[in-house]
Amino acid sequence: MNVVVCVKQIPDPATPGKLDPNTKTLVREGKLILDDSDAYGVEMALQLADKAGGGEVTLVSMAPNEEVGGLRTALAMGAAKAILVSDESLKGADALTTAKVLAAAIKRAEPDLVIAATESTDGYTGTTPVQVAELLGLPAVTFAKHVEIDGSTVKVDRQTEAGYDEVECPLPALVTVTAGVVEPRYPSFKGIMAAKGKPVDTLKVGDLGIEAPAVGQQVVDVAAAEERQAGEIVVDEGDAHERVVAFLEQLKVI
Amino acid sequence: MAFDKVWVLAEVADGKPTGTTLELLTKAREIGGAVEAWTWGGEGSAVAATLGAYGATKVYDTGDLGGALPGVPVAAAMAAQVQGGNAPTAILAATSYDGRDIAGRLSAKLDVGVLTNVVGLSDDGTSEHAVFGGTTVVKAAFTGNPPYLFLVRPKSFAAEESGGGAAEVTTVEVPDAGATNAAKIVQRHVEERIGPKLDEAAVVVSGGRGLGEAEKFSMIEELAKLLKGAPGASRAIVDAGWVPYSYQVGQTGKTVKPTVYIACGISGATQHMVGMKGAKNIVAINKDQEAPIFSIADLGIVGDVHKVLPKVIEALQSRA
Ligand SMILES: Cc1cc2nc3c(=O)[nH]c(=O)nc-3n(C[C@H](O)[C@H](O)[C@H](O)COP(=O)(O)OP(=O)(O)OC[C@H]3O[C@@H](n4cnc5c(N)ncnc54)[C@H](O)[C@@H]3O)c2cc1C
Ligand SMILES: Nc1ncnc2c1ncn2[C@@H]1O[C@H](COP(=O)(O)O)[C@@H](O)[C@H]1O
Repeated sequence: MNVVVCVKQIPDPATPGKLDPNTKTLVREGKLILDDSDAYGVEMALQLADKAGGGEVTLVSMAPNEEVGGLRTALAMGAAKAILVSDESLKGADALTTAKVLAAAIKRAEPDLVIAATESTDGYTGTTPVQVAELLGLPAVTFAKHVEIDGSTVKVDRQTEAGYDEVECPLPALVTVTAGVVEPRYPSFKGIMAAKGKPVDTLKVGDLGIEAPAVGQQVVDVAAAEERQAGEIVVDEGDAHERVVAFLEQLKVI
Repeated sequence: MAFDKVWVLAEVADGKPTGTTLELLTKAREIGGAVEAWTWGGEGSAVAATLGAYGATKVYDTGDLGGALPGVPVAAAMAAQVQGGNAPTAILAATSYDGRDIAGRLSAKLDVGVLTNVVGLSDDGTSEHAVFGGTTVVKAAFTGNPPYLFLVRPKSFAAEESGGGAAEVTTVEVPDAGATNAAKIVQRHVEERIGPKLDEAAVVVSGGRGLGEAEKFSMIEELAKLLKGAPGASRAIVDAGWVPYSYQVGQTGKTVKPTVYIACGISGATQHMVGMKGAKNIVAINKDQEAPIFSIADLGIVGDVHKVLPKVIEALQSRA
């Protein structure tokens, strides 16, 4: 079974995000890393391909400056190869534009299953994967907390407001996974060494046979959100519970 | 620019439109001329009165979807209307499971983008978005042709009745969406919950990794019960399997705006805070004085949850 995993490479979330004051798009400079959200997808794909007894896991990523930092991490986990689309014309791409590019790249791998995360850590639009599915003419099951393959059917426990639904869908299909669907492995030393030699096919938009899609939205203003003020801080010396109770009393919730 | 006609995706739970649906209808009335709603699942007539009371004049109803996930069939029905000449200026959907699926599908079908994580929307066509975990507000606008798709975060707008009569229900046909519509629900599982709903409760008591182990979540439940509130959780303990996902507060979980939010053993990651910093009052209990949660707490207790919580519970029990 061939699985494609969409992996986003993002600035380290530990360093706060920045918007370019002129273009008002996300600043993506310096090293990019594998989005933690997508590590779950990579692990899921590896486990499913393994259980199916064969097939490859291919990574697909769109990132500026031919960035491969995050891809190497996912290759070290065990993915076989990667397709990277990197093109100046994609600067400031919105989710639909991204989806068009990813869909064109995914087509090349002819997958049985496409996996993405429910949402990325930096952009968190949560729409890219479904847009990809629609562009590829695939059914999709989103918010998976458990995924199994049974012959040519994918069986998913999909989170809902009330609990979860068991959903079945014939392959090929796209599935988005939540954190907690599986525990991502740490790349082994052997994996890290092997990753260095794995193929990364770096493409321009033109190579995909599509035109640079137009972006239909723009940022018009950026401002800091109103900040909440910190209140009183009390160090517990055995009686802090009294402060809590008094506070609740004052608010009339007790 | 004003919005001529606004469509709202009306989600129904337990036979009633969700709170967010009513928020979206209220906003739609404020920015638009005509307000119309979309429902699916065969409950259009049952909710037409409520939808009308919040401003919808018409309800498009796809009827029962035969077990299909709503994303594909609802988007297909909407796209057919738009392509047939019945197009709104804007479409508002909630940042919810089905809302995101429908908006994503529709976006690709109509080749228009989606503005996501919307927390504000004005009739000049600009929307506000909370980015970087809610620390920055970005204003954005569409540059192309309508319809404009907005995915709105719950609790962004107040819900107010308009006093309108029941909306007129129109049954719409769902075009055959072929292979894309092949995902089917075979079994639903509802997780039992007692007490008020997390996103409606006046008091929310949440626990995080600082509780140390799953069993200790019972302290959170006990305190929530004493305060007639709902228990909530950080993602760390949801991922660890201590509590179901439906307890999660934050960017990928619920947005809550209770009178009091009590965070116990939660560090205050931006992704958690974006879901609760709209609370009127925040109490935090954390043993680390440097924990970011203290920067937004009205009352911060630097202490051990295992010492403080049992005493709070005991004090409340003795008052009862
Ligand atoms: C894309 C994305 C989306 C996310 N969405 C969400 C979301 O929706 N909701 C969410 O919550 N998180 C979300 N997160 C995760 C978030 O970044 C944090 O990892 C998470 O909130 C941490 O949970 P925590 O505070 O329970 O754990 P930790 O960060 O580990 O904090 C535990 C705290 O407990 C304190 N502590 C330890 N022992 C005690 C004790 N005995 N008494 C008192 N205090 C103690 C510690 O000092 C510490 O501050 C998301 C992350 C990503 C990348
Ligand atoms: N530039 C990208 N490259 C590869 N995958 C992406 C990209 N953008 C989004 N995705 C996939 O879509 C998911 C959701 O992203 P988002 O729509 O940004 O919330 C991500 O977790 C990835 O799996």
